[in-house]
Amino acid sequence: MRRLINQRPGRGSALLLSMLPFIIVVCAYFYYSHARLLENPGDKLLPAPATIAATLHQFAFEEDERTGDYLFWTDTVASLERLGIALSISAVLGLSLGLAIGVLPYLRVTIAPFVAAVSLIPPLAVLPVLFIAVGLGELAKVTLIVIGVAPLIVRDLAMRTAELPGEQIIKAQTLGASTWQLVIRVVLPQMWPRLIDVLRLSLGSAWLFLIAAEAIASTEGLGYRIFLVRRYLAMDVILPYVAWITLLAFAMDWLLRVIRAKAFAWAAPQ
Amino acid sequence: MTQVTVKHLWKEFSGQVVLENVSLHVGDHEFVTIVGASGCGKTTFLKMLLGVESPSRGTFLIDGEPLASEPGPDRGIVFQRYSLFPHLTVMKNLMLGLELRDSRLFGRLFGAARRRAVERARELLDAVGLQTAADKYPAQLSGGMQQRLSIAQSVICEPKILLLDEPFGALDPGIKSDIHTLILKLWNMNKMTIFMVTHDLQESFALGTRLLVFDKVRLDPQSPEAFGATITFNIPLKGHRSPQ
Repeated sequence: MRRLINQRPGRGSALLLSMLPFIIVVCAYFYYSHARLLENPGDKLLPAPATIAATLHQFAFEEDERTGDYLFWTDTVASLERLGIALSISAVLGLSLGLAIGVLPYLRVTIAPFVAAVSLIPPLAVLPVLFIAVGLGELAKVTLIVIGVAPLIVRDLAMRTAELPGEQIIKAQTLGASTWQLVIRVVLPQMWPRLIDVLRLSLGSAWLFLIAAEAIASTEGLGYRIFLVRRYLAMDVILPYVAWITLLAFAMDWLLRVIRAKAFAWAAPQ
Repeated sequence: MTQVTVKHLWKEFSGQVVLENVSLHVGDHEFVTIVGASGCGKTTFLKMLLGVESPSRGTFLIDGEPLASEPGPDRGIVFQRYSLFPHLTVMKNLMLGLELRDSRLFGRLFGAARRRAVERARELLDAVGLQTAADKYPAQLSGGMQQRLSIAQSVICEPKILLLDEPFGALDPGIKSDIHTLILKLWNMNKMTIFMVTHDLQESFALGTRLLVFDKVRLDPQSPEAFGATITFNIPLKGHRSPQ
């Protein structure tokens, strides 16, 4: 009998095993939903799969009576737009500021402590400030996500930049590189895959801030819808929405990982 | 013509004397090998030549000019490791020096200028025997190939001085002798001055036209940091200068 640490599943069984927890959760839901509904057909906590499917169909493929929108899709587009804009701004901020801090000692001593302090402000605590200062519109929601995510990206990229071997930086100078050339030919190209890594790590908190902002002040969006229907205990809306958010987040993570592997083959772990 | 002159050079780090009273003159197209025990200032001396350390006292002149206080294109360097750019292919690593020199704004060449740079890089790639690896990334190369590339990369901009910091320390003996032949070839081609720090005494005698031994001449057992090392032997060697 080999040690447990040396026993590895084959491809097929690895796939099966990775599916197992999902299957268990789904089966458990079916079982308990069925049991509860047998006891009380009016139970709202664990709606039957058929009820969920019907509700989802209504949200995704039937026009809303009041607005004429397909709510599921307008919510999705609104949320993804906010998330996309906020993450783009955070990435640009993180890359430019992080690189500058990592490369320029004067900038490092000037703003690195400031960025470190800002990154410790709980973003949700400044949400009221945002609402007061910039109103309840899109700007407040995007700003909340940026405040929550950008400092982490800045600090991470500054650290990664500082971690580049000193030999490389010296070598580039002996090849005649100016500070600017060093940044665009040596540092920046090596930071792209690191940016993708830290974006993947930030996705979780970005969604958190998005949903928090939407829950408080919004007229559309995935987070808004969940908190709206909460009043009617509409688990048949909330559950598929949560699953959909999870799927979207997973897809974004997967996409970033694929981009990193394809576009930056040199940075693949050996 | 490159002349390196050092007069009464001292280097101290917060009270610890590393080098004391070093004087030296190195003429044009010399191959200087530097040996000595660990911690006796060989690498510090090289770092001063490179411009990342500055002398505490004394003069350090290259062609009569005081040493620049930062690295520059007149002094190339090959470290033992990490001197290649992992995100660039072999070819692009090699072209980088030319691109940085000729395109100050973008650090990239286009069109005819790029074709000329590719051609120059390809010549050098052939010279160091890496023509088949042009499209590989450094991580895909063996240690010996990486050092060949690193040397070629430093030589492409024709520096006056090439500094080698234990460049072959991590290589197998067989690969070492190949790369010795290569470095002598490039040295004779470019007529540069080479300073090489090494642990390998045999290597230092075989390659150099001048061997410097760094050692401490005075030692205070109560405070070993009170005295620094200096050049205890400065031995002219036959070397491998090709006939003019």
